[in-house]
Amino acid sequence: MNIINFFEALFQYEFLQKALFTSVMVGIICGIVGCFIILRGMALMGDAISHAVLPGVAISYMLGISFFFGAVITGVLTAIGIGYVSQNSRIKHDMAIGIMFTSMFAVGIVIITLMKSSADLYHILFGNVLAVRMSDMWMTLGIGVLVIGLVVLFYKELLVSTFDPTMAQSYGLPNKWIHYALMVVLTMVTVASLQTVGIVLVVAMLITPAATAYLLTNRLSVMIYLAALFGVIASVFGLYFSFTYNLASGATIVLVSALLFGTAFFFSPTQGLVWKALKARKNRVELMR
Amino acid sequence: MEHALKIERLFVSYLGNQVVKDITFSVKKGSLVGIIGPNGAGKSTLMKAALNLISKDKGDVRIFGEPLKKWKKNIAYVPQRSDIDWDFPITVIDVVLLGTYPKLGLFKRPSKNDKEWARECLKTVGMELFGNRQIGELSGGQQQRVFLARALAQKAELFFLDEPFVGIDVASEETIINILRNLKKEGKTILVVHHDLSKAESYFDHLLLLNQHMIQYGASEEVLQPEVITKAYANQFSFLQPKGVNVTS
Ligand SMILES: Nc1ncnc2c1ncn2[C@@H]1O[C@H](COP(=O)(O)OP(=O)(O)O)[C@@H](O)[C@H]1O
Ligand SMILES: [Mg+2]
Repeated sequence: MNIINFFEALFQYEFLQKALFTSVMVGIICGIVGCFIILRGMALMGDAISHAVLPGVAISYMLGISFFFGAVITGVLTAIGIGYVSQNSRIKHDMAIGIMFTSMFAVGIVIITLMKSSADLYHILFGNVLAVRMSDMWMTLGIGVLVIGLVVLFYKELLVSTFDPTMAQSYGLPNKWIHYALMVVLTMVTVASLQTVGIVLVVAMLITPAATAYLLTNRLSVMIYLAALFGVIASVFGLYFSFTYNLASGATIVLVSALLFGTAFFFSPTQGLVWKALKARKNRVELMR
Repeated sequence: MEHALKIERLFVSYLGNQVVKDITFSVKKGSLVGIIGPNGAGKSTLMKAALNLISKDKGDVRIFGEPLKKWKKNIAYVPQRSDIDWDFPITVIDVVLLGTYPKLGLFKRPSKNDKEWARECLKTVGMELFGNRQIGELSGGQQQRVFLARALAQKAELFFLDEPFVGIDVASEETIINILRNLKKEGKTILVVHHDLSKAESYFDHLLLLNQHMIQYGASEEVLQPEVITKAYANQFSFLQPKGVNVTS
């Protein structure tokens, strides 16, 4: 099976088209939101929130409602809980994150196990992009439009409050609300990503493409476009490998994005380790002459 | 005339530990005031609490007789160097452009005029050739000048600068103090957290000396008397000679 077979299959099977559309959308929004997550030093928080939606998803399943609502509620509650614990005790922020998200995740696993559907658990945790339904696709599209719209509308505010929160606050921007809004967006992105990469690996899609872009540019706006692009590339090729070799889509997508990161890490024109090493060596050689 | 800034009975604590105690002073429009005191004296805390950037236990802050809220967008704050992420993907000119944001309001992007104005401010601080550099690729003095340019871009009435002269070169220090003096001439009111006692007298008209409590507030030459200074630095150096002593933070 090669790329041509993949394209043939793509034209032939609707499930594959849905899978592709959804993963491209997820690649875009994870890339965009990921930029703000890493620049705000919230990589760990992103990991926490994405895991913490599990009980919400499980309960929604049980009640037969869209897991969108359950996920957003548990995600936001966790964000508030983390803030509350770290601000009202000597427990540090990262400790609070570690405690809260693992607890939530454990609750989720217990609920799903009691429901006796381990197949679902596997798909929620690791994604099953080839089973994307029409309704999932529309939800992902809706979340995507909302996220992109918010970032376009509030780009200015996001930039200041991320780069210099003190200045933002001094002229009246509500940093706290921006933080919680971002947490809500984060849970929505997680929900959108459930089927493509699964809960466990969402954080990779948030951080890796954004981090790759971070190595390549000095402008936030460019970084956002690049991160979205890397997210898309990872999604498309990841899906290809998943379909072709019958592997979990979450894993293949994340591996492609890791490959992109590795390439940037060693070969980025300004930050690349290889160029840096070559330059240092050249300087040394010149000095020895 | 109303004072540009009036602070009354200000108390601030961190996690129940009070670090700013009962500070009362007022600043006339058009003055250049230095806030001095040993390391950890609460200078930055005072400045942040005055701007409502951290919550205070008690105290009243008035700007031209009005609540701070009304003047928020007319106050420019330059944070201490350590508060900035120097790896952030932002260029020098874009940092300066941030100064135009407060008065733009929601949903509006900076216009061509705003960008022109940002370039002009960058020129005022002598950094026009560095506009496209990433902010971390500058020397400490250059970075400080860029943040001053951002404050200028804000077209503010009051300026609050936290340790702008720390870790910078002589030329940058010269540039910055000249700009501050020009602002003063234009009737702007400027407060500067500062730690170099040797230059305090030549830089500032008034000094606020504090070490948690307010030790003294007044004309610079009054505050810089050995017996006054000793009160603030008492437990730091017993051998203190006020002029020429550089208290690094
Ligand atoms: N965020 C904080 N949490 C707890 N204590 C703090 C915090 N910031 C400052 N402090 C403490 O408050 C005191 C005053 O600090 P600061 O205002 O930064 O002093 P200065 O600027 O005069 O050097 C110091 O003892 C410092 O350790
Ligand atoms: Mg300080």
